[in-house]
Amino acid sequence: MSAANKAPRWVTLALVPAVNLMAAFFIAGLIITAIGENPFAALEVLVYGAFVFPEALGFTLYYTTNFVFTGLAVAMAFHCRLFNIGGEGQAYIGGLGVGLVCLYMGGWPFPIVLIVAIMAGALFGGAWAFIPAYLQAKRGSHVVITTIMFNFIAAALMTYIMVEILIKPGQQSPESREFDPGTWLPFVHEMLGAIGIEVARSPLNLSFLIALVCCVLVWVFIWHTRWGYEIRTVGHNESAAVYAGISPSRNIIIAMCISGALAGMVGINEIMGVQHRLILDFTGGYGFVGIAVALMGRNHPIGIVLAALLFGALYQGGSELAFEMPNITRHMVVVIQGLVILFSGALEHLFRPRIEALFIRKPDAVPAQAAE
Amino acid sequence: MGEFFTIFILTLDATLRVATPLVLAALAGMFSERSGVIDIGLEGKMLGAAFSAAATAAVTGSPWLGLMAGIVTSMCLSMVHAFACVTHHGNQVVSGMALNIAVAGLGPTLGLAWFHQGGQTPMLGHSSRFTAIDWPFAKALADVPLIGHIYSEIFSGHNIIVYFAMVAVPVAAYVLYRTRFGLRLRAVGESPEAVDTAGISVAGMRYRALLITGFLCGVAGTYLSTAHSAGFIRDMTAGKGYLALAALIFGKWKPVPTMLACLLFAFADAVQIRLQGVELPVIGTIPVQFIQALPYVLTVLLLAGFVGKAIAPKAIGEPYIKER
Amino acid sequence: MTQAQSGPAAAGNLPPALALHGINKRFSTVHANKDVSLSVAKGTIHGIIGENGAGKSTLMSIVYGYYQADSGTIEVDGERVSIKEPQDALGVGIGMVHQHFMLVNTFTVLENVVLGVEGGMTLGTGMDAARKELEHLEKEYSLEVDPDAIIGDLPVGLQQRVEILKALYRGAETLVLDEPTGVLTPQEVDHLFRILHALRDQGKTIILITHKLREIMALTDNVTVMRQGEVVANVKTADTSREQLAELMVGRSVLLRVEKTPAQPTDVCLAVKGLNVIDGNGVRRVKDVDFDVRYGEIVGIAGVSGNGQSELLEALSGIRPVDTGDILFKGENLAAMDGHLSRWVREHGMGHVPEDRQHMGLVLDFHAFEDTILGYHHDPLYNRHGLLNYNAITGQCADWMQGYDVRPAVPEQKAGDFSGGNQQKIVLAREMERDPELLLVGQPTRGVDIGAIEFIHKRLIAMRDAGKAILLVSVELDEIMSLADRILVMFDGMIVGEMPQGEATEQQLGLLMAGESTNVQQGAS
Repeated sequence: MSAANKAPRWVTLALVPAVNLMAAFFIAGLIITAIGENPFAALEVLVYGAFVFPEALGFTLYYTTNFVFTGLAVAMAFHCRLFNIGGEGQAYIGGLGVGLVCLYMGGWPFPIVLIVAIMAGALFGGAWAFIPAYLQAKRGSHVVITTIMFNFIAAALMTYIMVEILIKPGQQSPESREFDPGTWLPFVHEMLGAIGIEVARSPLNLSFLIALVCCVLVWVFIWHTRWGYEIRTVGHNESAAVYAGISPSRNIIIAMCISGALAGMVGINEIMGVQHRLILDFTGGYGFVGIAVALMGRNHPIGIVLAALLFGALYQGGSELAFEMPNITRHMVVVIQGLVILFSGALEHLFRPRIEALFIRKPDAVPAQAAE
Repeated sequence: MGEFFTIFILTLDATLRVATPLVLAALAGMFSERSGVIDIGLEGKMLGAAFSAAATAAVTGSPWLGLMAGIVTSMCLSMVHAFACVTHHGNQVVSGMALNIAVAGLGPTLGLAWFHQGGQTPMLGHSSRFTAIDWPFAKALADVPLIGHIYSEIFSGHNIIVYFAMVAVPVAAYVLYRTRFGLRLRAVGESPEAVDTAGISVAGMRYRALLITGFLCGVAGTYLSTAHSAGFIRDMTAGKGYLALAALIFGKWKPVPTMLACLLFAFADAVQIRLQGVELPVIGTIPVQFIQALPYVLTVLLLAGFVGKAIAPKAIGEPYIKER
Repeated sequence: MTQAQSGPAAAGNLPPALALHGINKRFSTVHANKDVSLSVAKGTIHGIIGENGAGKSTLMSIVYGYYQADSGTIEVDGERVSIKEPQDALGVGIGMVHQHFMLVNTFTVLENVVLGVEGGMTLGTGMDAARKELEHLEKEYSLEVDPDAIIGDLPVGLQQRVEILKALYRGAETLVLDEPTGVLTPQEVDHLFRILHALRDQGKTIILITHKLREIMALTDNVTVMRQGEVVANVKTADTSREQLAELMVGRSVLLRVEKTPAQPTDVCLAVKGLNVIDGNGVRRVKDVDFDVRYGEIVGIAGVSGNGQSELLEALSGIRPVDTGDILFKGENLAAMDGHLSRWVREHGMGHVPEDRQHMGLVLDFHAFEDTILGYHHDPLYNRHGLLNYNAITGQCADWMQGYDVRPAVPEQKAGDFSGGNQQKIVLAREMERDPELLLVGQPTRGVDIGAIEFIHKRLIAMRDAGKAILLVSVELDEIMSLADRILVMFDGMIVGEMPQGEATEQQLGLLMAGESTNVQQGAS
């Protein structure tokens, strides 16, 4: 048992993620060079597109909102050492719940609609995660595989529901009718406009604040309640959990359901906030971005907000990039997303030990341990 | 009766076509997972190969060069997976997911830059694709009832990769069960410490297994873009990699049952296309989506132990860290 | 003329099958092998005996190439060899039968035997040849086993034979068996002994690592006794006795006697009646155990680890289900309760210091203060308005760290970053400071430095003197003898002896622990 020979916290929490991110960007730069564009020019366009021009920030934060939800969802499961790849499906089904509330609660007072919609999104998303969670906890079916399968089942189910049931009569494309405007989430430009601050129009809406509230709630839940304590215990050391009278299977189910509920909140932003009707494929891969966000953000809400902001900027800046540089599409952002997952997830042992070794004080600098 | 039989034959014919990439990808997954490495990156490897193959075939006009490019691409991706998971003990699921996502973006990105057709590759002409090979007398025998039908529709008239997939199953079974390599492969996925104490390199075995995985995924991806279709389009694998994974689990990591699972899934798909909008007696119309979701539902039920028991290779997902 | 009783001892003029000279091995602070030298004569069965942690397994891991010795040399048949990998060991004819079998459970016997030496790219001809060779080996050494049986379907005794066959098939001349009888039934043990004799009679050399005296006496020609990493004796088995070996094995190191007054036991706190516990593999690990623990006494359970003590502790603390029998704690029968049993017993005054603090007692990734509420996190003390009250928790942790002299006294440090002794003090503080009526303690001083041992012992005595009941499980005889007021000895899941502290001698306990109950009177009192 040697005493603490550890790298300073900022190395682990900031420098290592930064190096991983730089590695991902370096490879992305090589790709951009390979397709005949200047990566530095691309970066400039990207930053301009994400933050500088009038409605840029609004769009960036709108994407950020989704990524905060899905990033929190993945992180929640990670704290119980579960890898929830099903964020996409849970968001999809969660959106269905939100949509149903908005479709059938037109005319109700908005605060009630909002609360019921949030509950419905959480309930539907959580329910979609419950089945894989239950199967993992009670029957040992690997949650990674079952959540992948549930993504596909969700897609098929939603297509069926949209095409056969919720489609607006007399319409070709599978969309529901538009919700009653009274159920729409206010846009941020409207909210600020009401108090006299003019900002550019963007899809950014009230759900951004809901996302931030979720961050705080998740932080409180994970680190400041005994339920979060139990989940972390199960995630770190299952036999210690059993020793402490904490049921692993119960906590697996709880963690996954909360994870699914958080993913379901994407529906609040997309369906209630922006689309104002149920459509197909509104999740747009956000569930998968959540994996990158959680890995980069080291499963901590603050890290997740920062990582979500980065990906929000990449998504928004990427659109601008596609517009300005004909050779680059927003798919480049997906490449970067994959590279970030690769370097901060799968290859986490590539740089970290080497970097940390540079900062670890030599043992003789540590005060000698008494009584040893 | 005659018409029904024709439809039946045509459905089987379509089944083979749909099953080919599934069979190849599932066999690819079998080699990886039998060695103890989870591979949810089948999808990405196929997609990468599909792009490389179509791009190369479009530029050179040769489907064979396309095939080479597809295989090389897929094997490179597989080596990245091996580097992350075997050498650096990285999380296998995370690595597979990372590759899937990166490739999903990379194909359209490079496609747009190189061909300026919205991320697709140019349509491949007849000569730069793998086209149907007619067996001798297929035309002449086509009218002979039963045998002639079966011969000309089911056996004859497929492209070379379909036949390759048919041959690949017995070959894979032979390699797995009848060769030294196969014995060690199965051992390393069950008990790497037994392999290690027997003086065989665990990492070496896993790298070799992943090379084969890359090779087979490369062929599968090439099939999609240069045989089944005539060019690469975005997300053209459409979950086939995951479906293959489902088939692999459903086939309990064994070559022949896995192939049968692929055929079952493909048959369901072919039937679904046939049945679209058709009113069946008693049941009524079966929603398309129901049939599409069937393989995934079956896999979940299997994993939950409701239909048979799926026992994965014991050491799967665990990086092998030598100790003691 | 030297062909005496101990079999083929013509070894005199042959170089030894295996000779070790001055082997040293350190693991950070632990000196696992200190200048170990020994010589194993060809064609003999050589025992290496010692308690847990005496360094036997480390030594054999060096011989088999898992570890490299820090210094020292290895000779095989008089030639100096370098063993860096298991292959090297196999190359010089050393085969190992591991305590945990290195077999592929889904494979047949034949497939396991040929793995790595298949004899060709394909399995056809090589396998046929291997089958013949296997049949030959089976006949020669009476190692019958069906070559086509699946390993997972075989009883452990047969699996072990496959391990032996594997080594022989690879041409091993010297076989190392590491605690080979731990998992076997008595009948299987007898069969194994016959096999080993047959192997020796055919000229093979056998090295047997064990802590059981019976095996040494029944089987070996020569024996090396190890204690605390050192060789303390190299003797001919015929020239020694169980008593002498037991003494050598346990050693006469100065006992860390703790000042204490005679116990004043009062009422029964815990009564165990006819307890049976079955582990996850369906093996009965605790067999018809009866005993009780009174307020104001320390009851010690001695025994070599793996004889059911762990399962007993886990059953008592509500972690492991009881098969049959009763556990009466303060009059409530725990065996008849279900649900959140381990939470219930905590809330009703049972503390539990688990045997393995890193695996069970602590979450190493947690801050120390988080670990101080493990199992007690529901307590209103630590919760306010539904949230964990970290002020209270860290404050309490800091106090405990002062009281238990935990260094560094930093509640925010990760539990895994403390030394073993300090980790143990954190666990002890958590389980003792809540003033339980009964404390279950497993291996309280394993991997703990001497200063901390003394501290921990004093705390336990003080707790007893305050009228609490303590059940102590330890593999350290010294510890049991200095702390316990009554000593129970567990062997093979049973309580094989009981004696009051004053009457127990190391020798008696050592024999009981080694399964030698015949020479000793069953406990008095």
